[in-house]
Amino acid sequence: MEYEVVIGLEVHAELSTKSKIYCSCTTEFGGEPNTHACPICIGMPGVLPVLNKKVVEYAVRTGLATNCHIAQFSKQDRKNYFYPDLPKAFQTSQYDIPICSSGHIDIEVEGRTKRIGITRIHIEEDAGKLIHDDQQSASLIDFNRCGVPLIEIVSEPDMRSAQEVIAYLESLKAILEYIDVCNCKMQEGSLRADVNLSVRPIGQKEFGTRTEMKNLNSFKAIVRAIEGETKRQIEAIEGGADVLQETRRWDDVKGISYSMRSKEEAHDYRFFPEPDLMPIVIDDKWKQEIEESLPELPEVRKKRYISEFGLPNYDASILTGSKVLADFFEEAVKKFENKKAVANWIMGDLLRLLKEKEMEVEKIPFPAEYISKLVMLIDKGTISGTIAKKVFEKMFDQNRDPEIIVKEEGLEVLSDENTLVVVVKKVLQSNSPSVEDYRKGKQRAFGFLVGQVMKETKGKANPKIVNRILKEELEK
Amino acid sequence: MELCELTIHEMNEFIKHKKVSAVEITKSFLRRIEKIDFTIGSYLSVLGEDAVKRAVEVQKRIDKGEVNSYLSGIPVAIKDNICTEGIKTTCASKMLQNFVPPYNATVIKKLLEEDAVIIGKLNMDEFAMGSSTENSYFKLTKNPWDIDRVPGGSSGGAAAAVAANLTAFAIGSDTGGSIRQPASFCGVVGMKPTYGVVSRFGLIAFASSLDQIGPLTKDVTDCAIVLNSITGYDPMDSTSLNFKYPDYTKALVNDVKGLKVGIPKEYMGNGLDSEVKTAVLEAVKVLKQLGAQCEEFSFSLTEHAIAAYYIISSAEGSSNLARYDGVKYGYRAEKFSDLLDLYKKSRSEGFGTEAKRRILLGTYVLSSGYYDEYYKKALQVRTLIKNEFDEAFEKYDVVLGPAAPTTAYKFGENADNPLGMYLGDIYTVSANLAGLPGLVVPCGFDSKGLPIGLQLVSKPFGESTLLKVGFSFEQNTDHNKKARIRGELEYGI
Repeated sequence: MEYEVVIGLEVHAELSTKSKIYCSCTTEFGGEPNTHACPICIGMPGVLPVLNKKVVEYAVRTGLATNCHIAQFSKQDRKNYFYPDLPKAFQTSQYDIPICSSGHIDIEVEGRTKRIGITRIHIEEDAGKLIHDDQQSASLIDFNRCGVPLIEIVSEPDMRSAQEVIAYLESLKAILEYIDVCNCKMQEGSLRADVNLSVRPIGQKEFGTRTEMKNLNSFKAIVRAIEGETKRQIEAIEGGADVLQETRRWDDVKGISYSMRSKEEAHDYRFFPEPDLMPIVIDDKWKQEIEESLPELPEVRKKRYISEFGLPNYDASILTGSKVLADFFEEAVKKFENKKAVANWIMGDLLRLLKEKEMEVEKIPFPAEYISKLVMLIDKGTISGTIAKKVFEKMFDQNRDPEIIVKEEGLEVLSDENTLVVVVKKVLQSNSPSVEDYRKGKQRAFGFLVGQVMKETKGKANPKIVNRILKEELEK
Repeated sequence: MELCELTIHEMNEFIKHKKVSAVEITKSFLRRIEKIDFTIGSYLSVLGEDAVKRAVEVQKRIDKGEVNSYLSGIPVAIKDNICTEGIKTTCASKMLQNFVPPYNATVIKKLLEEDAVIIGKLNMDEFAMGSSTENSYFKLTKNPWDIDRVPGGSSGGAAAAVAANLTAFAIGSDTGGSIRQPASFCGVVGMKPTYGVVSRFGLIAFASSLDQIGPLTKDVTDCAIVLNSITGYDPMDSTSLNFKYPDYTKALVNDVKGLKVGIPKEYMGNGLDSEVKTAVLEAVKVLKQLGAQCEEFSFSLTEHAIAAYYIISSAEGSSNLARYDGVKYGYRAEKFSDLLDLYKKSRSEGFGTEAKRRILLGTYVLSSGYYDEYYKKALQVRTLIKNEFDEAFEKYDVVLGPAAPTTAYKFGENADNPLGMYLGDIYTVSANLAGLPGLVVPCGFDSKGLPIGLQLVSKPFGESTLLKVGFSFEQNTDHNKKARIRGELEYGI
């Protein structure tokens, strides 16, 4: 039987506000354990929370950027459960009236556009971190993360493959970066996703029983977990067993998941309105102010790159997928017409080098204008494409202006005919077997001889002129 | 007369005119505490030397003429659920017996800014859950009028200390009557202000939407003085109210002419002790003679208030007390096998019976499947009670009645009957549910010589109205004078 997988996502994004959600402690990542903590965020007896207005603003920004309805009136609720990383023994969250609801974002998979529904976006506080010390067989608690503001973005079960999930996450990540509410570093846990997944025979209308998968720390882990869980559920059904509604934990190293708790063991969170906080009121004026402050969103920017710059869809997608990259690109082409060539250098050599050196896009080590200068040098015929690659690497490693690199290192194309004739003659003399081959009609030998000339000139010779002189000399 | 028998305003006169020093006053209270608190048991901790040191500092400022506050050099004692920096704050619970807050509650900051001298922390029912102070983990507090009887609760230590001249005034908290009922039992003045006018920052929460800090004093004038000091907007408390706070001492006017007083007939019916009823009706007579218009009306939701109160307060309490799990906060069991066992043992051993009862009740009413039936319904009743008060205050300036159905009862009398104990809160909980201010003043004694309290409730921010009525009543009767304990009582030690 053919099966279809049905996936919905719960994404937690840490907001990049300066201070925490209910106190003035810093939200900075890292820091010695328990140094970014105060009586309020560690829930000391007697303390009270005061909501950080920026948190509401960031949630509204996200809601508006994902086409959500913004509630004029919403409230916060307590989610009660015991765990050592939660010193108050309840998490302040939002239950039945979230700030944002009924939105969507459009994703693109294999050239098709698909709309993914956003059920809701609500604000809540993060918990601390447990560190298990096996040597002392003790568990330690770091409260630095307690009270760091989060938004939880819940999608509709609209995704049908791992590919769609990744496209959704890429789009969502781009939006969050564009509107500057989250730094989206999965490795630091500032963006986390739980996957709700079920399978059903193709054509069946009802959903199958779903599981919730936690502990997914990278896009790769998400893909593997989706594939693993899909397989597990199909095998269960085919083997005549039931899929149980449960929460599972993905072990990416072993490539398998474990049951964490069944539906019966699920917590009864006993949600109730947080009595220490007032309702959240978002009036039209405030909403409008936030809306007007939103930057151009990735979807719009992509369309502009296609229509305004004439870039192909693929290039536009890659460049606008990251705000930093798109900003860098636009800076580079500000006063420069050959946009496609700049795009190629960014998508090709730049991204390759960043990846090789495990650097983030934020850390591009040279100014954007260097790329346009480099392309200009090629376009004017000052340097060859081969040399340009070497110049680019130097530019990247040393943050030097390509014009200076070319001048100081004498990398200009060698176009002087007299010089080239001397080089060609020398090559022909020392490669008489190849000359013989060419004369017998072997075209490959011509290429070899061109190569030898280039080698002799350290790649600087103007290939067009070399071709012509070589032909002339061989025909003599 | 001993210094410790004076009111704040009387002491202030002496201090102002340099007749006595803050140090002498503080020492007078410390001597008295040493002498009789062994019997009364109102304090959980006494700040002997520290209080004297503080009084010396304050006196230096007074000598320099730097201080101009009613509370300069006046000793105050604090209920032990209000955080005091560097001073143990236990909530009278084994759970927090070693908790020393690293910060001061806003109300403490305000008192210190006015140069009051904190002399100790007061006994209470564990986590303010109770009406007799019998639920303290540490000790019983005796009613100064009859040491075989309870002082009321949960601010029993506060009421007893004020009554027995063990402090000039006390700061308590009132979630369902915890200031007003003990004030009534001990013959002192107690006020629960409007929800939101005194910051709750630093008050260890029982039921956040009902808790309110307030003063227990020897007379109504003192009550106004303390209100001036402790009220005000606090950005640290999101439920704090930002408006122009009045000078409450301006309300101390002997005039109730034309005042409209409503008496809920449900407050005067079944379950009310006949001697208490007589005293309250006498008070009505006095107000009438002074020109007030008094009439009965029906407060039909009275019988539902107790149920709504116990559901809401227990629900919030179960959540507020969840942090005492032996991990970061609260007593930790010595031996445990795993995390769940740590939670279970620490909470079983650390909480007393009444706290456990309310945690269970609160957890139950919030559970899925029961939420709508209990918690949500209780919130609806709460709204209806607010509405019924709104209607009443369209007609009346104050709602008058008894503070409690009886006078102080004997130890153990209600201890095994939690429901009976809960019903004793019938006249006080409505004000908390509706967020209204309530004032209790002495209005006589029963035949056993036990004080009786009169309760006045007004609309939100009606503290000044209450003070005016209370002050007039005090000026035109001798109840307050009779309720002031003078000299050494012969306690059967």
